[in-house]
Amino acid sequence: MAMFWNEKIETLKGKDLERLQLKRLKLTLSRVESVGFYRQQLKQAGIRTGDIKTLDDIRKIPFTRKQDLRNGYPFGFIAVPLSKVARIHTTSGTTGKPTVVGYTRGDLESWAELIARNLTMVGLREGDIFQNMVNYGMFTGGLGFHYGAEKAGITVIPSATGNTRRQIEMIRDFGVTAVHCTPSYALHLAEVAEDLGVDLPTLRIGMFGAEPWSDAMRGELEARLGITAYDSYGLSELYGPGVAFECHERDGLHIWHDSYLVEIIDPATGEVLGPEEQGELVVTPLVKEAMPLLRYRTGDITMLLSDECPCGRAEKIARITGRSDDMLVIRGINVFPSQIEHVLLRIPEVGNQFMVYVDRINHLDEMTIEVETNRAHFSGELSDLSRIQKKVVKELRDTLELRTSVKLVEPGSLPRFEGKAKRVIDRRETI
Amino acid sequence: MEREKFIIRQISVFSENKPGRLAAIAKALQEEEINILAFSIAEADGFGVVRALVDKPRKAYEKLSGIGFNVAFTDVIAVQMKDIPGGLYEIARILGEGMINIEYCYAYSGKDAAVLILRVDDVDAAISTIMKGGGTLLESSLFQ
Amino acid sequence: MPRDDIRKLQYRLLKTLVYRLYSFSPFYHDRMRAAGVHPDDIRTLGDIRRLPFMVKNDLRDNYPDRIFVAGQEDLVRYHVSSGTTGKPTVVGYTQNDLNNWTASLARGLSSCGLGRGDVLQVSYGYGLFTGGLGLHYGAERIGTTVLPTSVGNTERQIELMQDLHTTAIACTPSYLLHIGEVAEKMGISIKNDTNLRIGILGAEPWSETMKTRIEEWLGIKAYNIYGTSELSGPMFCECTEQKGFHVWADLAYVEILDPGSGEQLPPGEQGEMVITMLQKEALPMIRFRIGDITSYDDEVCGCGRTHPRVHRISGRVDDMLIIRGINVFPSQIEYALMAIPEVGQHFMIEVDRKGALDDMLVKVEVRKEAFSDKITDLMAIRKNVEHRLRNTLNVAVNVELVDPGSLPRFEGKAKRVIDRRKI
Repeated sequence: MAMFWNEKIETLKGKDLERLQLKRLKLTLSRVESVGFYRQQLKQAGIRTGDIKTLDDIRKIPFTRKQDLRNGYPFGFIAVPLSKVARIHTTSGTTGKPTVVGYTRGDLESWAELIARNLTMVGLREGDIFQNMVNYGMFTGGLGFHYGAEKAGITVIPSATGNTRRQIEMIRDFGVTAVHCTPSYALHLAEVAEDLGVDLPTLRIGMFGAEPWSDAMRGELEARLGITAYDSYGLSELYGPGVAFECHERDGLHIWHDSYLVEIIDPATGEVLGPEEQGELVVTPLVKEAMPLLRYRTGDITMLLSDECPCGRAEKIARITGRSDDMLVIRGINVFPSQIEHVLLRIPEVGNQFMVYVDRINHLDEMTIEVETNRAHFSGELSDLSRIQKKVVKELRDTLELRTSVKLVEPGSLPRFEGKAKRVIDRRETI
Repeated sequence: MEREKFIIRQISVFSENKPGRLAAIAKALQEEEINILAFSIAEADGFGVVRALVDKPRKAYEKLSGIGFNVAFTDVIAVQMKDIPGGLYEIARILGEGMINIEYCYAYSGKDAAVLILRVDDVDAAISTIMKGGGTLLESSLFQ
Repeated sequence: MPRDDIRKLQYRLLKTLVYRLYSFSPFYHDRMRAAGVHPDDIRTLGDIRRLPFMVKNDLRDNYPDRIFVAGQEDLVRYHVSSGTTGKPTVVGYTQNDLNNWTASLARGLSSCGLGRGDVLQVSYGYGLFTGGLGLHYGAERIGTTVLPTSVGNTERQIELMQDLHTTAIACTPSYLLHIGEVAEKMGISIKNDTNLRIGILGAEPWSETMKTRIEEWLGIKAYNIYGTSELSGPMFCECTEQKGFHVWADLAYVEILDPGSGEQLPPGEQGEMVITMLQKEALPMIRFRIGDITSYDDEVCGCGRTHPRVHRISGRVDDMLIIRGINVFPSQIEYALMAIPEVGQHFMIEVDRKGALDDMLVKVEVRKEAFSDKITDLMAIRKNVEHRLRNTLNVAVNVELVDPGSLPRFEGKAKRVIDRRKI
């Protein structure tokens, strides 16, 4: 049984791997020379690209943070002429402006190759029918899996999100064998299917990502949908989904070592940690052309696993257990409290204080934001208040790409914080 | 001007939909010995607006604002109705025929008569329509 | 390609197609038998007239096994469009189908001046709707930078248009007008403050007047693009001459017929367009009656292309509504309302163009039993109806709850649609 999309690369180890990684790291270093940010950063740190002679030398290079990418908006991190950029995705920034991610034709190929490896690794191949139940468009989850599945010769139903009944109908009508979505949406789907009294006999594989989920959740999804469930990890800055993925063992995620150089650091000190030590994942992509990055801090907490995987593939990271910053993941979408603040500052009818409550209702994340009405803009009319409420919902949706509930509360009624504000109350139980 | 004396200042108070908010408003008015003449609550998604005619609107405004409520004045008019079946119809017909759009209204029934309090988009047209139609408008001095 | 060669190629492709379908598609086999035609009877391109028509309902009635010619293992993608009574129209694609679709758009987009160095913002919906992925693949093929914004979040679209130096946008004409209006509110002139120079506009009928308005106001060239999911998706695009969209003759054969008599009409005369897709594999289309009214032009185009051109769509044969690019049938609405116990099945549809966007209002009666004096309950019913309609129609609608018995009742053919749009 052919279990590999690219067996040679996927099982590469030892000296051969290091040689490939070092070669690609040097190539990446030559690529970043056309990025002003890196020219300056390396100069400040007193490093010439020639100084990087071994893989360990990478530790001399300063980290790149999400904030740096935001400061480079729009094209500051693009290392190729715009005419060589085949596609642009954007991802939500920590405040107003998004982060731009560019792809050359080669990048799109490499990315599709990684996804094809993942799909093959979990046992999908030509003849399988794959329903991709995540957002298309700017969100990388949709087009990323779409291109990878197409490359692997799998039939794709680009169903995107929403309309759960139709999703179920299609799974049945087309004999869908595999789905990709967030784990919470999968649970919702299972519930609706049960309510409708419909079973989904053809479905055998579920690939879930974009939000953290537990092994208990895996058990529940597998039992209720009759599938084997696999964890998928990625982020737009590193192409999108497909960076790391579980194999049949489902004991850690293989992070594609020919394409990503991995370090785990102590988020407070920046010190590099050893295997089995929990810390923040830092990644240096090795094949990215349009937007090469050096030592990118993902903010995700995990660790490197030291056991050899029986499947023969190399390097694994543990499932993500948390964040090193205050980022929230709501229905698979990343939200920073600073974005909410930024939106409220633009709306004079409401105050700038806010509280965020996150709940899980029917397995779907719901975010409620309380904001204070503003004395100066109170007309006494209910309809004006409804209009303000709608306006806040719309502005939040435009910025966060997320539907939220907004509650208007009386002025002065929200807590004021001195020092570090605790504006987020996450009432979700771990899934 | 004639119309001025028919325009009554209603106080509108923003209130969250949660227990105790109405009590807080009522307590504040009691402390200032403000009498509520008519009263209604309109609800929306998670919040509401308390509307009231009070004998001392300025004082009510200051008191409620002072303890943190969002308060606004809204112009309304009050029409006397006969307290018999068909009383409301008589008034509603006049307004309907006069093409006056009612944004909202509420009523109370007193010793002598029933009163309908109206918020309309065109106050002047409403006043002249009601007067032409033979309705009785109550002057604001009766309340405040 | 010279005209004679085109006709020879078309004849050869048609002949192969007819033989293939007669042998492998039960649907086409039965249809041809019923019409008394055998593949051997097709001796000239003109003999296409002997073949029976197919209509949209044939697709639904015969889906999937009787009409799909490719086996499951050869299908690489499905798209699904909303149907009249909840059951959707399903379109399958082989790899060749995707290649031809992409090639058709690559030719079309090149013919209106797009290429490497351009940034195309694809503001059609992605996913099951063919607009987004279709344009995406076509533009990628010709080396244009693709910005897959999909629909919605108009302010963000405008911000990205400015910041990422978008030179072309693909969307519905009404959405582009909306973008123009929102931009003005933001204090941005599309004409002066952006690099936008090309609009690839379609998925709903639009007039020459609207084109002129868009071009003058936004300072761009506005090109008409045409297609339906049955033809693969958006398929044919105007060239820089802007005198109708080129129907690539190696991919499709187009006829304009008198909708009443079925007679073929000469160039320039308005009639119903009937299309035969010459190379489609998974879901073949012979003499497909889309229901669009238009005329065609057979003169060699000023751009040098010899493929025939079809003019703007001027109307619909049936009563289908196109709301923001999505096909809506009144019967779908009826179907959705029947499933909601709180409302009656009487309804009225009012379509307006608010600003630049189509706006559909559905008025429904609240049942007496469901009435509540709580505004929130009524709001919840309204939201539920809106939600269900959106799920069925794939387009957002406004719902107004009215008193029971207040909507008009019809005997015979109901006139439930008031379309106040002026295109």
